[in-house]
Amino acid sequence: MTAYTLQRLLYVVVVVWIMSVLIFGITQLLPGNVAYAILGQYATNEQIAELERLLGLNDPWYVQYWRWFLGMLHGDFGQSIVMQRPVGPLIFEAFGRSAILAAIAISLVAAIGTWLGVHSATHRGKLSDRVLTLAQYFFIAVPEFFWAILAIILFAVWLGWLPATGYTPIGQSGVGRWVAHLILPVATLVCGLIAHVSRLTRSSMLETLRSAYILTARAKGLPHRLILRRHALPNALLPTITVLAVDVGILIGGVVVVETVFAYPGLGRLLIYAIEHRDIPLLQAGMMLVTTVYALANLGADLLYAAVNPRIRYGRSAG
Amino acid sequence: MAEVPDSVGSMPGTAPRLARLPAGMGLGGTVVAVFVLLALAGPWIAPFPFDQFDMHARFAPPGGAHWFGTDEFGRDVLSRVLAGAPYSLMMGFGATAISLVLGVPLGLAAAYYRGIMGELVMRAVDVMISIPPILLGLLILAVTEPSLWKTIVAVGIVYIPIMTRITRSVALGLLAEEFVEAARARGESAGYILFREILPNAWPPIIVETSLRVTFAILLGSALSFLGLGAQPPLSEWGLMIAGSRPFIDQAPWIGLAPGLALCVLLIAINLLGEGLREFLDPRFVERG
Repeated sequence: MTAYTLQRLLYVVVVVWIMSVLIFGITQLLPGNVAYAILGQYATNEQIAELERLLGLNDPWYVQYWRWFLGMLHGDFGQSIVMQRPVGPLIFEAFGRSAILAAIAISLVAAIGTWLGVHSATHRGKLSDRVLTLAQYFFIAVPEFFWAILAIILFAVWLGWLPATGYTPIGQSGVGRWVAHLILPVATLVCGLIAHVSRLTRSSMLETLRSAYILTARAKGLPHRLILRRHALPNALLPTITVLAVDVGILIGGVVVVETVFAYPGLGRLLIYAIEHRDIPLLQAGMMLVTTVYALANLGADLLYAAVNPRIRYGRSAG
Repeated sequence: MAEVPDSVGSMPGTAPRLARLPAGMGLGGTVVAVFVLLALAGPWIAPFPFDQFDMHARFAPPGGAHWFGTDEFGRDVLSRVLAGAPYSLMMGFGATAISLVLGVPLGLAAAYYRGIMGELVMRAVDVMISIPPILLGLLILAVTEPSLWKTIVAVGIVYIPIMTRITRSVALGLLAEEFVEAARARGESAGYILFREILPNAWPPIIVETSLRVTFAILLGSALSFLGLGAQPPLSEWGLMIAGSRPFIDQAPWIGLAPGLALCVLLIAINLLGEGLREFLDPRFVERG
């Protein structure tokens, strides 16, 4: 298990490092002169040249990359060009708000998705299973941004129950308003993912229920509930862990969209802002943060999978 | 619905298998065909040019001359939805085609040359899969001025590694088969073995994956357009139309609802079609995200 953990950890480091090269390399191609962007349109050529020299923009790309990468390792993420503020606090503050959104969403997806999937599998062919299966088709196919629009039309415009957009800090106007601003974004995020997870849990559960050891348990005369809980569930939920890790990737995409629609001040919206305003340091740092978090989430899923699956724990860990 | 009922004593042969084709597949296929026809015939059957302003008919509700109403410039929403159909289809099938054309040969090569080369390709694939799709898309699109075809290319690139990985795993299995051994013994070239012996037998799982990818490509592409990183105004791409409808959501919800519903119907239809294909070609229904 230790060897396996170290191996996966090393892999995360390599992925994040390769991504740093990719992100830096590609964003260096961005049109737009950084010095010009800072000084504005009235700058003279001499001023621009001087600032370029100060910022080291004339250095070879690998020198610039190394400076940037070392800076990040020391917690220095550079200066936002458009906002004229250090990038670090900016992205971590936004990340905190996104993380709240994503954490609530993924917990709901895991809980509701697996529960619905198991329910479908154990009630196979019954009305509730048919309705759920049909609903899954529908929910998987609806893009988040359209859910968001529908939710705003229904709950904000027509019913007036919830605020359409925005965000209020928890300390400023109380827990109630903070929660009210979270409901629609979270609901939008989870719809498709719950359908996805429940569908896969259902098929995995059905497969497990068909296996020989469940038949043995039945033949021994064990009670139905015990078979489900002690024998079938642990195995059937194994693939769900992998699915949840994949869904974190989809969730990140959803968060970007949802934050834009609901004007929620998170990291996703900041990334789009950075792209629109060609704010390269902000974009680079934001993308690095997302990549790292996603790699760590995958690491967590891998380790959890190994921890509950003895075949990996004892088998492949040596190699 | 997702499951073929494991009917007791199912008969061998193709006739019962065909008969068991899910009804959803026919429905899905029909709807997709209708969308393709509408996309092709759009310019001729649309009641108005998609970009024709009519300042006297701004925000007209659905009904009358404008079945789906009009938008903030008095443009006919139905005509715009029709004009948007080719973009979504191009996004789905174009991007998937790109990932197929580049990903499949790469996967075949990685399976055949299992030395350093294959190892390198697969490690690159691992890394690319470790990046959230939207981030890869954003990274590619951040560099250039956004446009529809760039989004298609970006989405296509995003899905290359998945195609490579699946093709490789299928090809690895097939390479151990006797008919490949025979071809090798005959002294056939690597290209012949890969494209004439392996590929024809590797299609079923690849087709299954392709059908999934089309849906994901449309979802990702329209989300990027929605974010302003895809098709640009005045093009009537559906994601873009929905984004543009947001300021008028309370007074004229139909501007966003019409393209959104079109998008959902198309995606559900492609899903049904893909699900049917999967049941037909791959009895194990391998599911992926």
